[in-house]
Amino acid sequence: MQFKLFDLGLIDYQSAWDFQKSVFLQVKVKQIHCALILCQHKPAITMGRKSDKGNILADKEDLQRLNIRIFEIERGGEVTYHGPGQLCVYPIVNLAYFKKDINWFLRSLEALILEVLLEFGIQAQTRPGLTGVWVNREKIASIGIAIKSWITFHGLSLNVKSSDLANFSLIRPCGQDIMMTSIENILRERVEIKRVKETLTRRWYETSNFARIG
Amino acid sequence: MKQVILPELGEGIEGASVTYWYFKEGDTVKEKDDLVELATDKATFNLPSPCSGALKQILRKEGDKVKVGEALATIEEQ
Repeated sequence: MQFKLFDLGLIDYQSAWDFQKSVFLQVKVKQIHCALILCQHKPAITMGRKSDKGNILADKEDLQRLNIRIFEIERGGEVTYHGPGQLCVYPIVNLAYFKKDINWFLRSLEALILEVLLEFGIQAQTRPGLTGVWVNREKIASIGIAIKSWITFHGLSLNVKSSDLANFSLIRPCGQDIMMTSIENILRERVEIKRVKETLTRRWYETSNFARIG
Repeated sequence: MKQVILPELGEGIEGASVTYWYFKEGDTVKEKDDLVELATDKATFNLPSPCSGALKQILRKEGDKVKVGEALATIEEQ
């Protein structure tokens, strides 16, 4: 199965969202098989379909001062924060080529994150009944997706740098009282986003469920 | 009259919540049009119309839960 790779670098949320939708259409009309979009966002808060506005703790003035916009988007899940230092991965996957199963897709993304973290020496965990990846009691990666015509968009965010975690205090991530962590926080050393991107893409193409089937 | 049924969404998924109807009762729909958006815990899913026709009755409104195999709406085929 061919996944076209797009690395958008640091990009504002709206532009990346528009880009996702254009790639989604290319997959839908079979111009390309599937795609993997990587990026970091300028600070933004996104609200999935299950979001409760009460889970945004900061007031409008604070968000304006910090230049953080709120986006109400079509993915599942609750409120989350995106910012530089966090790797966002948006797989545009036609599940008809793999398995028409939402849980299979979610669990495959979690498995990918676990593999990537293990390469960095981090033993992470998933939690039964919940979606996402934790290291002990703190969450390191979040997942929220949308599916149309069995083609996926949106995806996962993995916290890499420790610098931007403070902005999670502006919200109740996923509508819960969750402490967020990052690869740098766990390892207590500097980790370049580039290294995480390289590890993740290699795993995607070589060992993930998306490499094996299709 | 054709029923719009919630299909299997994946292993262990028993149902979903209706989050958005793209059409209202009486509207004309085409086969494969996005008809209704549903949400599970971390995913939204668009259900396409199974046929072309008139959306006769919406059986599950926005916010309602629906189980796999249950009907969401009826469409009068054209």
